Amino acid sequence: MEGQTENQFLTEEEVEKYLRMERTDPMEYMEGMEQIPSRVMEQVLEGMEAYDYSRYGAEDVKRALEKENLSPEDFGALLSPAAEPFLEQMARRAGVETRKHFGSSVYLFTPLYISNYCENFCIYCGFNCHNRIRRAKLSMEGIERELQAIAATGLEEILILTGESRHMSDVSYIGEACRLAKKYFKMVGIEVYPMNSEEYAYLHRCGVDYVTVFQETYHLEKYESLHISGHKRVFPYRVNAQERALMGGMRGVAFAALLGLDDFRKDAFATGLHAWLLQRKYPHAEISFSCPRLRPIINNDKINPQDVHETQLLQVMCAYRIFMPYAGLTISTRERAGFRDHVVGLAATKISAGVSTGIGSHTEGGEQGDDQFEIADGRGVEEVCQAIRARGLEPVMNDYVYV
Amino acid sequence: MKQDTWTLGGHEFTSRFILGSGKYNLDLVKAAVEQAGAQIITLAVRRANSETSSILDYIPEGVTLLPNTSGARNAEEAVRIARLARELGCGDFVKIEVIHDSKYLLPDNYETIKATEILAKEGFVVMPYMYPDLNVARALRDAGAASIMPLAAPIGSNKGLCTKEFIQILVDEMDLPVIVDAGIGRPSQACEAMEMGVAAVMANTAVATAGDIRQMAGAFKKAIEAGREAYLAGPGRVLDKGADASSPLTGFLRD
Repeated sequence: MEGQTENQFLTEEEVEKYLRMERTDPMEYMEGMEQIPSRVMEQVLEGMEAYDYSRYGAEDVKRALEKENLSPEDFGALLSPAAEPFLEQMARRAGVETRKHFGSSVYLFTPLYISNYCENFCIYCGFNCHNRIRRAKLSMEGIERELQAIAATGLEEILILTGESRHMSDVSYIGEACRLAKKYFKMVGIEVYPMNSEEYAYLHRCGVDYVTVFQETYHLEKYESLHISGHKRVFPYRVNAQERALMGGMRGVAFAALLGLDDFRKDAFATGLHAWLLQRKYPHAEISFSCPRLRPIINNDKINPQDVHETQLLQVMCAYRIFMPYAGLTISTRERAGFRDHVVGLAATKISAGVSTGIGSHTEGGEQGDDQFEIADGRGVEEVCQAIRARGLEPVMNDYVYV
Repeated sequence: MKQDTWTLGGHEFTSRFILGSGKYNLDLVKAAVEQAGAQIITLAVRRANSETSSILDYIPEGVTLLPNTSGARNAEEAVRIARLARELGCGDFVKIEVIHDSKYLLPDNYETIKATEILAKEGFVVMPYMYPDLNVARALRDAGAASIMPLAAPIGSNKGLCTKEFIQILVDEMDLPVIVDAGIGRPSQACEAMEMGVAAVMANTAVATAGDIRQMAGAFKKAIEAGREAYLAGPGRVLDKGADASSPLTGFLRD
C-alpha cells in the first residue's frame, strides 16, 4: 500500500502557478495515440457552435414535442430555456418513451474502482496528479475479493474504473481485471482512460462490452483551461474514444458531459449530437448517457444562469430521452435518493447501488485509497431494489449476453 | 366441429396467441399467460441468463418456451445464443432475431437466413423474425424455417399493421405458418391480422405496457379468437361505393 496518511489538496496559489506555465496544444496528438479518419468530432463542434438556444420559443418546443422522430434541431429546442415551462410535458413524453422502449425494467450495476493513480492534472478533480491523496492500486487478489463481495449482493453488472494512469494501470492490468470480473458478472463495462482501437479490441476479448468516456466539456477553450497536463489534455483523442471503442468491437458506448463545467445547454447539445451521429454511423451500437453535474454553490443559486439545479438536470435528461428514446440513461449516485427514485422509469433506465468510490472499499478492512467524490445515495442493493419496486418497476440484474 | 389447431415443428397448438415476457414484472408473467391462454411464450435468452432472477422460474409448466436471440447482431451471434438457449434448458424452439440497428430494431433478413440454415440443420425448430419480403420468406423456407414471423411495425412501436399488404402476400403465397410479430399495439389490430389469415399473433409491449397487464392479455386472447373465427367464417365482401351498380356494365350481353 502506498500513499500519505493525510490528504493535501492544491492551494489556489499553486493552481495559479500551474496555470501560468506554458501548456501544449490540446489539438495535438501525443505519441502512440491513434488518429482515425472520422468527421464526427468536426460535425459535433460545428453543430455546437451553431447552436443558439436563445433563438427558440415556445412554438419550437411544442413542435418538437409533437414530433415522433426528433431532429437535432428539435433536441436543441428541448434543451433551450424556452422549454423550461414545458418540463411537465417533457417529463410525460419522456415517461411514455421510456416505458415503450424499456417497459418496467430498471437495470442495476455498481462501479468498482481498482486504482486511483492518475497522470492528468484536471483542476476540478479530486484524483488529479498534484493532489496528495492516498493512492492505491489493487492486486489481482484484491480485485477478486472485491468482485466476490459485490457479486454476493446479487448484482450481475459491473463497471470497472481506474484513474487515468497508463503507467500504473496499464491496458493488460485492466484486461486481467476484466477477465476476473467476467467470471463473476454477466456484463462488464469500463470507465478508464481513452485508448486505441486495438486496445479496445483486446479488452473486448477480455470480456468487456461497454465503454464509458466522459468528455467533461466539448468547449475546446474551456477544456484546455481545465485539463492542464497529461494525455487527457489531448481533446480530439478523447472525443473520438467512443468511435475507437466501436471500431474495437465493443457493443455499446456511453457519453457524458460534466454539466456545469461550461455552458451546460451547449454541452448537453454536443453530447446528444455526438451520440446521435455515432449511432447513425454505427447503427448496431448501443448508446447510453450519463448526467453528472457540478452542483451550484448553495445560497448562490440566482446569480449564475448556467447553474445546473435539479430542474435543469431533469430537463437535460428528458431531452436526451425524447431525442434518442432507445438510448440507456444512467442516474448518478451523486444525486440524492429522492431525485434518483423519481427519475428511474421516467427518463433513467439504469441505477447504481451499493456504491463506494474508494479503492478496496467493498471488502471489510480493504480500503487502501481515497474516494474520487462523495456520493449522495449510499443505499445498498436491496434497498434500491425495494425503492424500484415501490414505484411499480422491476429491478433487473441482467438483460445481456456476451457473444 | 373439428378443433381448430395449428402445428409447429411437430407440436400441435390450439392457442394462436404467442405472448412475450419482456419489459414487465416477472411475477405477472404467470397471470398473463393464464389470462392469455397462451401455449407459447417467448423469452430473451439474455434475460434467462441471469443467476438471481431467471425468467425461467416464472413460466408455468406445460407452456412451450420460445427463446429469442435478441442481442445478436449477425448470424454467428444468433447461432451462439440459440445454442446457449438449448444449454439453459429452453428446448429446441428458437426465434431468430438478428438486429443490427439499435434505433428501430429492424431485422437483418440476410443474416437471418444464414442463421436459420445453420440452426435448422442442428435440429432447432426455427422461427425467424423478418421484414416481410416474399423472396426472403421463400429463402427462409428453403433454409428450413418452421414458420416465418414478419413484423407489422417496429418492435415496441404499438403502431399496428403498417406492413399489412406485404404480410397478406406472405399469407397468400407461403405454405408455412405466418406469425405476425412486433408492432401490434391493440387487440383490434391483432384481430385484423387474424382476419387476414395469419396463423398466429405475437405481442409483448402492448401487454407489458398496459395499465392492467392481466386484463390486456385477456383482451388480446378474445380478439385473436374473434379474428380467427372471422377468417374461418369467410368475411363478407366490402362494397366500394356502398351499393351494386343499378345498371350493370355487362347488361348489354342480355340485350
